[in-house]
Amino acid sequence: MSETATPATGNRKSLKELDRAVIRFAGDSGDGMQLTGEQFTTESAWAGNDLATLPNFPAEIRAPAGTLFGVSSFQLQFGSHRVYTPGDRLDCLVAMNPAALKVHLRDLKTGGLLIVNTQAFEKRNLDRAGYATNPLDDPALAERYRLHKVDMTGLTLEAVKDLPLDTKEKDRTKNFFALGLVSWIYTRPLEPTLEWMKKKFTKNPSIAEANTRVLKAGHAYGETAEIFGEHYAVEAAEMPPGLYRAMTGNRALAWGLLAAAQRSKVPLVYGAYPITPASEILHELALHKRFRVRTIQAEDEIAAVSAAIGAAFGGAIGVTGSSGPGIALKGEAIGLAVTAELPLVIFDIQRGGPSTGLPTKTEQADLMQALYGRNSESPVVVLAPATPGDCFYVAYEAVRIAAKYMVPVMVLSDGFLANGSEPWLIPEPETLPPIEVQFRTSSEGFFPYLRDPATLARPWVRPGTPGLEHRIGGIEKQDVTGNISYDPENHDHMVRTRAEKVRRVAQEIPPTTINGPATGDLLVVGWGGTYGAITAAVERAQTEGKSVASVHLRHLNPLPPDLGHILREYRRVLVPEINSGQLVRVLRAEYLVDAVGFNRVRGLPLASEEISEAVNQLVGSPA
Amino acid sequence: MSPSAPEAKEAPKYTKKDFESDQDVRWCPGCGDYAILAAVQKTMPDLGVPKENIVFISGIGCSSRFPYYMNTYGFHTIHGRAPAIATGLRLARPDLKVFVVTGDGDGLSIGGNHMLHVLRRNVNLTILLFNNRIYGLTKGQYSPTSEFGKITKSTPTGSADRPVNPLAFALGCGATFVARTVDRNIQHMEEMLRRAAHHRGAAFIEILQNCNVYNDLAWNVIYDKESKLQYELRLEPGKPLLFGPPDDRRAVIMDGVVPKVVRAREVPESALWIHDEKNVNAAKLLADLFAPDFPVPIGVLAAVDAPVYEEVMLEQEQKAISDRGPGDIAKLLTSGDTWKIS
Repeated sequence: MSETATPATGNRKSLKELDRAVIRFAGDSGDGMQLTGEQFTTESAWAGNDLATLPNFPAEIRAPAGTLFGVSSFQLQFGSHRVYTPGDRLDCLVAMNPAALKVHLRDLKTGGLLIVNTQAFEKRNLDRAGYATNPLDDPALAERYRLHKVDMTGLTLEAVKDLPLDTKEKDRTKNFFALGLVSWIYTRPLEPTLEWMKKKFTKNPSIAEANTRVLKAGHAYGETAEIFGEHYAVEAAEMPPGLYRAMTGNRALAWGLLAAAQRSKVPLVYGAYPITPASEILHELALHKRFRVRTIQAEDEIAAVSAAIGAAFGGAIGVTGSSGPGIALKGEAIGLAVTAELPLVIFDIQRGGPSTGLPTKTEQADLMQALYGRNSESPVVVLAPATPGDCFYVAYEAVRIAAKYMVPVMVLSDGFLANGSEPWLIPEPETLPPIEVQFRTSSEGFFPYLRDPATLARPWVRPGTPGLEHRIGGIEKQDVTGNISYDPENHDHMVRTRAEKVRRVAQEIPPTTINGPATGDLLVVGWGGTYGAITAAVERAQTEGKSVASVHLRHLNPLPPDLGHILREYRRVLVPEINSGQLVRVLRAEYLVDAVGFNRVRGLPLASEEISEAVNQLVGSPA
Repeated sequence: MSPSAPEAKEAPKYTKKDFESDQDVRWCPGCGDYAILAAVQKTMPDLGVPKENIVFISGIGCSSRFPYYMNTYGFHTIHGRAPAIATGLRLARPDLKVFVVTGDGDGLSIGGNHMLHVLRRNVNLTILLFNNRIYGLTKGQYSPTSEFGKITKSTPTGSADRPVNPLAFALGCGATFVARTVDRNIQHMEEMLRRAAHHRGAAFIEILQNCNVYNDLAWNVIYDKESKLQYELRLEPGKPLLFGPPDDRRAVIMDGVVPKVVRAREVPESALWIHDEKNVNAAKLLADLFAPDFPVPIGVLAAVDAPVYEEVMLEQEQKAISDRGPGDIAKLLTSGDTWKIS
C-alpha cells in the first residue's frame, strides 16, 4: 500500500490517498456481515474503484452465537488500479465480537486498523471464543495495531431509542453502524446504501428509519470522535469505458445460459438438486421463464443430469449444475451423453472435499474428476472461467461447443468465483459468437451416427421429425448406422472417434494470451479462480524486473494447441493450484515438461503473496 | 407450442407393421416380452399419434431393450433413470407422446426414487413396468418383487427381503393411473395399453410377465387355466368385485375396513363392492389383494385427474411471456444497479 499524505480541504481531519485497501468485516453469522460487505462493495463500485470480494461464511444456517465456527466474514479489496484479488493481508479489520477477533486477527497487517465492538466483549462471548481474559485489555494489541474500541451496540441503541422496535430489532441494525463508520474512514458515498434501504424496507418504515439513522450515526461518529485522526481516499480506477454492474460467478453462469438460449432460439432445460455453492444458479434461472428456460429441481443429482439429457434428446439445450459430490453422482449419466453423443453442459462449482468436505469453502480439486471421473474412456470438453464475470462467457461458450460438437462440456467454477463479485463491463450481446443449432430434417441418406467431417458431430435430430425415427442408447454402437455392435474393431474405432471429436474442439480455442515476455525465466500456468492471485503476483515480479510471464487456461480439455510450444519458451514452469497438483500432472504428462506445483488446499483462495514467494524461489533457482 | 398436445398432427392410418423396427429381437425364445411387444405394436395405430411423435425411453434390463424394436424414436438409457430422462424430455417437448419401459429391478430397485417422483409429479408418460420377479439380464438374482425366502444364485438359502408391491407403491406415490395386466392375456393387455396411453398424466401399468429361463411360471396362479378361473378378478368400473367359476361366484366385500371374500349368492346386492376408478383409497385396498387368500385384481385400479407437471411449468412460462414479453438478454444485462465509466 503506498500512501501519499495530502491535506484535505474543508475537513479538519487529514485525508490520505491510498491506491488500494483491503477491508474485512467479521462477526457472528447473525450480525449481517455479508450484507455489510455487499453494501460496502456497492459504495466502492460507485466510487469508481476496481474491486474483488471474498465472502466467507459457515455452512451452518444459524450457527450458535458467539462461537468460533459461527464467524462470518466479508472481505474486499478496492483500488485505483486493476484489482485482481480480494487481497491477502488486511489493512482494516472490523470485529463485531471476540470470536471474530480470534479467527481473523492473524490476517491483519501490523499497524493495520482494528475496529472492535466493545460491548460484545463480555464474559459469555469471551468464554465462547476461548479467551481467558479480555484481549482488548492487553496493551500489546494497541501497540501492534491501530486499535479503535467503539461501543457500537450502545451507540446504535442510543440512535434508535425512540423508534417503535424491540431491543433485538434495534440491536440487529448495528452492522450499519460499522458500515457507516468504515464508509467514513474510506470516504465511500452513502447514497447507494441509503437508496437500497429505502427500496428494501418500503413495507417497514421503522426498520428503514432505524437503519438509516444507524448508518448515519456510524458515519458521524468517524467524523466527530476524536479517536480517528485521519481517513482515506482511493481514487477511481482507470477502467475500460462502458456500462458496469457488479457480477457474481453464479449469476454470470445463469445469465450466460440465458444469452445462449436467446441466441440459439432453442429452449433450455436446467436440472439441478440443491447443493452449496451451486444452488443460486437454479434460483436465478427459475426467475427467467421468459427466456424459455425450464428449471427442474430434481429428486437427486442423477435425476437432474438425466432430465438434462432427456431434454437434449428432445432438441433442447440440456444443462445440469452441482458441486463436486453431485458431479460424482452424475458420472454414469455423463457417460451416457458421451456415447449417445448428445450436447450437455455440466457446471461443477467446486468446493472443499472429499465427501461433504467444506461445503461453503473453495477448492480446485475436481479437475481430475472432470477429465477422468467416469468409467472407461469417456472424454468430455472441460472449460474453466477465470473471474466471476468470465463465468458469463464460459457458460455461453459451453453451450456453443456442446451444440456444435454434440458433446458434453464440463465447466469448472468454484466457491470463490460463485460468490465473489467484480465490477463487470456489460457486453453487447450481439458481439457474442453465434450459436447455430442445425437440426437434421432430411431423411435422405440419414444415419444417426453419420458424422460432420470437420467436427465429427453426429446429426442432432428432434423427435417429431418424420422419416428420421431412430434409436440410440448406452450400448456400443456401430459408427454411422448407430446399430448395436459388439465388434472389437468397431469399439476401438468408436473410442478413438469420441476422443478425436473432443480433440477437435481445439479448433475453437483462440491463440493463448501470454501476460509478460514471450520467452524468459519462468512461466506461471494457472486455471480457474486463481487468475487474480497469479496475475497480481506475476505483475509484481515483472515490476521488480524479473523475467516472468503467466498463462491462464480457460480450456482444460482439449488444451490450447499452442500451449506445448509456449511452455518450452521458459526455463521453469510453475503451476499454482488449490489442490495437490492436478493441472501440473496433466501438463507433465502431456508435454513432458518439468513443471512444478505450488499447492495449498485450505478452502481459501491462494494469496498472491505466497505465489510471489514461490515465483521468487524459482526465478532464482537453477533449471 | 401448446402444452401437451400430442394429437395435434393428423396421424396416417397405421398398421402393426409400421411400428416394427428392422432390428433382430434378442430376447430368449419363449420370453413374455414378445407378447408385450406385439401388443404394444398392435395398439400403436389406435393412439392417433404420428409415429414420429412417439418416443420410447427405457433403462437397463431385458425389458429395456424394448425401444430398439419399435420403429419410433427411442432412447435406451442407463439403469433406473428412464423416468428422469423422460421427465426432461417431456419438459422440453410436450408435443411428444412418451412411453417409459422398465422392469421390477430397473423401476423399483435402482430407479425406485425416480419412479416415486415421476408418479407424484404426474408427468404425462405411459409407464410399462414388466414384472417378472427376477433379474434376467444379470442371470437370475432375486428382485425387489421376488417373494420372501426366494432361492436364487445370490440368495442360496433364501432371500431375507420382503417384496414390494408395484401397485401399492405407485398408489402410495400418488399415481393418477394404476393398472395391472398379464403378458398371456393379449386382449386385456391391449385394452390396458390403450387406456393408459390416453390418460392425462403419469399412467402406470404393471405387466405380469414370464421369465421362462430364470423364474418360469412365477405368475402361474393366473396362467394356469384352472387357477385363473379361481383367482382372476377383472376390475370394471361400476361393476361389483366378482370372480370365480360361474357356478361358484365369489365376491370381495368390505368387512368394516377389511376386504373379505364371500360367496356372492350369500350376500345382498347392496353389500357388494362396486369398483370405482376414482376412489384411490379403495384402489389402495385392491392393490394388496393376492392369491391364495384373495383374488388377483386385473384391470384399472385407479384413474383420476390431477395437475400435470410439465403443463403447469409451461403455463407458468407462457404466462411470464404474455405478461412481460419474451426475455431480452440485452435488457437484463443492463437492469438493476449499473454505473458508467467514461
